[in-house]
Amino acid sequence: MADKLPEHPDFLWHNPDPKPSYDAIIVGGGGHGLATAYFLAKNHGMTNIAVLEKGWLAGGNMARNTTIIRSNYLWDESAAMYEHSLKLWEALPEELEYDFLFSQRGVMNLAHTLGDVRESMRRVGANQLNGVDAEWLDPEQVKELCPILNISDNIRYPVMGATYQPRAGIAKHDHVAWAFARKCDEMGVDIIQNCEVTGFVKDGNRVTGVRTNRGTINTEKVGLCAAGHSSVLAEMAGFRLPIQSHPLQALVSELHEPVHPTVVMSNHVHVYVSQAHKGELVMGAGVDAYNGYGQRGSFHVIEHQMAAAVELFPIFARAHVLRTWGGVVDTTLDASPIVGTTPVENMFVNCGWGTGGFKGTPSAGYTFAHTIATGTPHELNAPFALERFETGALIDEHGAAAVAH
Amino acid sequence: MLLISCPNCGARDETEFHYGGQAHVPYPENPDELTDREWAEFLFYRDNTRGSFAERWLHSTGCRQWFNMLRDTVTYDIQAVYPMGAPQPTVDPDPDDEYGTASVAADSTTTGSSGPSISGTDLGPVDASTAPKGATK
Ligand SMILES: Cc1cc2nc3c(=O)[nH]c(=O)nc-3n(C[C@H](O)[C@H](O)[C@H](O)COP(=O)(O)OP(=O)(O)OC[C@H]3O[C@@H](n4cnc5c(N)ncnc54)[C@H](O)[C@@H]3O)c2cc1C
Ligand SMILES: [Zn+2]
Repeated sequence: MADKLPEHPDFLWHNPDPKPSYDAIIVGGGGHGLATAYFLAKNHGMTNIAVLEKGWLAGGNMARNTTIIRSNYLWDESAAMYEHSLKLWEALPEELEYDFLFSQRGVMNLAHTLGDVRESMRRVGANQLNGVDAEWLDPEQVKELCPILNISDNIRYPVMGATYQPRAGIAKHDHVAWAFARKCDEMGVDIIQNCEVTGFVKDGNRVTGVRTNRGTINTEKVGLCAAGHSSVLAEMAGFRLPIQSHPLQALVSELHEPVHPTVVMSNHVHVYVSQAHKGELVMGAGVDAYNGYGQRGSFHVIEHQMAAAVELFPIFARAHVLRTWGGVVDTTLDASPIVGTTPVENMFVNCGWGTGGFKGTPSAGYTFAHTIATGTPHELNAPFALERFETGALIDEHGAAAVAH
Repeated sequence: MLLISCPNCGARDETEFHYGGQAHVPYPENPDELTDREWAEFLFYRDNTRGSFAERWLHSTGCRQWFNMLRDTVTYDIQAVYPMGAPQPTVDPDPDDEYGTASVAADSTTTGSSGPSISGTDLGPVDASTAPKGATK
């Protein structure tokens, strides 16, 4: 049998043992950690660095998300950050020499109430002022772009229109991680899996090393990219984060012929749906209400989003749930990320991307690498400092950004 | 779906409840004296424990009473249910299980049954701080 199997394809990265010391250590081998390492090496010439991952690459939220990429956020700070990210998404397949199936099939955010309509139109206006492609669609235009959507008024919350961002879309999340990992490896970055950070070594208030299950490793700088586990790491380092970790679930159906040409999100009836390249319908909605690190949630949350999906897409009534799963998302109270310095010297944090950080992977990596390399934030991430919870300069994207993905 | 034992109504589906986040966070005693940092802590910072976590729940479609619960945030095991105002029960950590199914200490009143001693009006031993009966700490 074994002789009938094809050759194993080339490995995309090596699995080195940790060196005794690095110029910088990134904790977390999800998309953000890998993108950060990539930009540290590429933009800042820092190649004596390592990414430490307690499990396997992209085994956290990176390969559990529903891969929606868009930049139509309301506030200037967010629009700048996410639009920068979207532009990087457009350039990365070529730059990383890896076709990770970034598909700009557009994203629609449905409006179902007069309040939704006003909020949506306001956001379209704000997006246009910020150079983000955004349009308002009436129900007929919605139907034209996505014929399987039910726009009749016989449903509980009829579709009253939608915002549409044509450049938005989806990508294959695991391939994105592998694309970054391969380039990091080529540039000399050590990618170390099965390496769990269990503590930090400090000299006064300055971090000088990390403790791991594979020994203590010295480092000049530490960048935390641990998503749902950020609070746990911050606690090890001796500071607090305004983060709550929640389960976030998603599901896929069996494979179907292509029926769904775009991405549809509804905040009000609460579901978002796309169809993956292979043919599964991919759906998600909101977090489970309780705090949880269990990478699973409660079934009624899945049931609720399926009910919403069937109401909006009657054709889905005969589809089946094939698989459901959950991740651990790091939510903040203003639904915006934290990217910047910490109370510990030479330790930096990138977290709080919550339910919507896949789309931010490139710009998180880009700005966080700048922050780590130079010790000061890039202008794009300066507003996303931890201090905003003290100054009150929150970036409130709750609702404002349609739905949090 | 969690099966939650309301102290007043007994075991009910999670869908009957609302989550209230971390328990035992008192309102500031002297709000006008707080620094910006202290306000930030009160408004935006809560523990985000991985493991046994004391949290508030509201039985919103039942008796509409708040109560506290100790729950493991990794296994989701409910370790204790106890009234508002009562001190947090201690759980014996299970040496075999890092985050696991710690059992409720024998002297705790709070195994989640709906006995009258832990109904919403009998608060049992009240926390040292000054919250009024039934306050959602
Ligand atoms: C179901 C679901 C759907 C989502 N849908 C979308 C979407 O459609 N669009 C979107 O933009 N975003 C979405 N997101 C959010 C997005 O996935 C996250 O914001 C993003 O992946 C977080 O960054 P990351 O990839 O670096 O996180 P992760 O992949 O979670 O990386 C963090 C890593 O840190 C590691 N780690 C933790 N502790 C330690 C330690 N002590 N030592 C070493 N390593 C450690 C973890 O093992 C993990 O691999 C979704 C998330 C989920 C769960
Ligand atoms: Zn009750």
